[in-house]
Amino acid sequence: SLAMELPPSHFPAARAAAVAVGYLRYLRGGPGRGLELREVRRARRQDIDDVGHKYYLELELEDVLDKDRTVNCTAEVLYHLGSKSSAPDVQVTVQGELRSTEEADKEFYNRIRSLEKELVAENIPDSHGNVPPELEPIHLLAWVASGYVIWQNSTENTKFHLAQVKHVKQVKRSDEDLQFDYVLLLHEMVSQEVLPWEVAVLWHPRRGARVSRCHGPGAGN
Amino acid sequence: HQVLRVIPQSDEELQKVQELQDLEHLQLDFWLAPRGLGLPVDIRVPFPSLQAVKAHLEAAGVSYSIMIEDVQALLDEEQTEMLRSSRQLPRTTDTFNYEAYHTIDEIYDFMDMLVAENPNLVSKLEIGRSTENRPLYVLKFSTGGTNRPAVWIDTGIHSREWVTQASGVWFAKQIVQDHANNRGVASILETMDIFLEIITNPDGFAFTQTKNRLWRKTRSKHSGSICVGVDPNRNWDAGFGDAGASNNPCTETYHGPYPNSEPEVKSIVDFVKSHGNIKAFVSIHSYSQLLLYPYGYTDTPVPDQQELHELSAKAVAALSSLYGTKYKYGSIITTIYRASGTTVDWTYDQGIKYSFTFELRDTGRYGFLLPAKQILPTAEETWLALKVIMEHARDNMY
Repeated sequence: SLAMELPPSHFPAARAAAVAVGYLRYLRGGPGRGLELREVRRARRQDIDDVGHKYYLELELEDVLDKDRTVNCTAEVLYHLGSKSSAPDVQVTVQGELRSTEEADKEFYNRIRSLEKELVAENIPDSHGNVPPELEPIHLLAWVASGYVIWQNSTENTKFHLAQVKHVKQVKRSDEDLQFDYVLLLHEMVSQEVLPWEVAVLWHPRRGARVSRCHGPGAGN
Repeated sequence: HQVLRVIPQSDEELQKVQELQDLEHLQLDFWLAPRGLGLPVDIRVPFPSLQAVKAHLEAAGVSYSIMIEDVQALLDEEQTEMLRSSRQLPRTTDTFNYEAYHTIDEIYDFMDMLVAENPNLVSKLEIGRSTENRPLYVLKFSTGGTNRPAVWIDTGIHSREWVTQASGVWFAKQIVQDHANNRGVASILETMDIFLEIITNPDGFAFTQTKNRLWRKTRSKHSGSICVGVDPNRNWDAGFGDAGASNNPCTETYHGPYPNSEPEVKSIVDFVKSHGNIKAFVSIHSYSQLLLYPYGYTDTPVPDQQELHELSAKAVAALSSLYGTKYKYGSIITTIYRASGTTVDWTYDQGIKYSFTFELRDTGRYGFLLPAKQILPTAEETWLALKVIMEHARDNMY
């Protein structure tokens, strides 16, 4: 069937956009780059029989560390039928180049590697919205981690945001990756629930981030 | 300290875990509160209480795992912050710090100062008491008359939305300043009264300051449940209990056992009904940067849809004109989600045509934890939108 135009101000477009942004943060985010949605420029939805609902989006984003620049991208988000079991399929295409974070990444990497004791921190931001400057990269890495969780767990009936980093602990490794074990509080807009997710993230300046472990607050074992 | 995870497998185990919640002296911090059998409970236990907690659980045969094991103690940044800002108590509303978040007592003191400084304009009404017996205060701004047509504004109905209470404090001062300088809302006050409830959910607000910064609901305990609190924005008698609210007391959108079960809600209902002349009603939330009008509980558009939509467009344009903050607007059900038993659905159905809900800054970067330095710009831009709504109500009396 044909794709129908959606009003960008209505929630279906906003929810699909949040999934695309989460996915993009996971792929392209890092301690020196946090991408944020500015606006949904255009949204269309296609209902594909026996498959699911596919959203076509045109998004305007910004890098929170480079707010004057506009990042345009297109995205496709396919929510599968009976979507409780599988993550949406997402594709995002960024137009143009993202600002390089090579220097900031190197600086962060060296700083953490040279710490005597493993980094531990709590409540980022704190109750008043403060993030100490030296913890901002940890905060942005949490966006990467939460981007993964959001991408993997979203449906057409959810909209997730990272509410707070409840706890983060660095785990020293024998290889070259940095590892951070996070407890992230995710806020889900429709149910209004704020639930903890345990996510272990590996990061390297050249290789980027990957989630090595992810555990949600669902029913116990 | 350590963070323990317990997964209660029986009612007895659930009971044991709940008992821990009442032991104030242990200073436990529940990252995930008890919700039911088989659902994890995460408890942050300060070092001095570790032995007692583990003994309590072990004696009852409740198994637990250590989710986080930390050796170092961490400085509580926000406690220090609160102490710092309250060390110098403001003597007047001119020395009050509008760019910081405040405690309940500081805000109550502010209200009393404002009334004392402007006795001919401002009075404080107590419209009821919360579940935990805290006063529910409303500031009335009036230049006279008897039961003039009025505007109602409330902030903080959801306690974790801190930028709203902070904005409410700023609005109160702004009204007084406008009146003193014969600008802004001074002209509105010639023919209308303004009612402002700054801390609409004081029990929840207190809880966000002492126990759980992300608490949303009231703090009522209804029999038969281990869980606390009702969503005060699902407890109104408009589509009560329909899709768009939860009947599970352990959820954030629990509508409560019956409409107006929450004194925080009932007190406003009683006030609105007995006043009988409220023409505009604005309930303020955060976050998402939205201006919303009814309905949330049904797809059917309100009869005044077109007027409310156009008014929203004007209000949002005014808001954006200050700092470029982008807002979306529309009915609750199309713009954000289906929600039943909401404040403005009820007020609209009572005949208050200009019924609006705001969702203030931001769009998720900080969410509920909006940095204090954004309080002022948020309040300032929102005020411009509120003025548009108030002026329209004044100029389109019904």
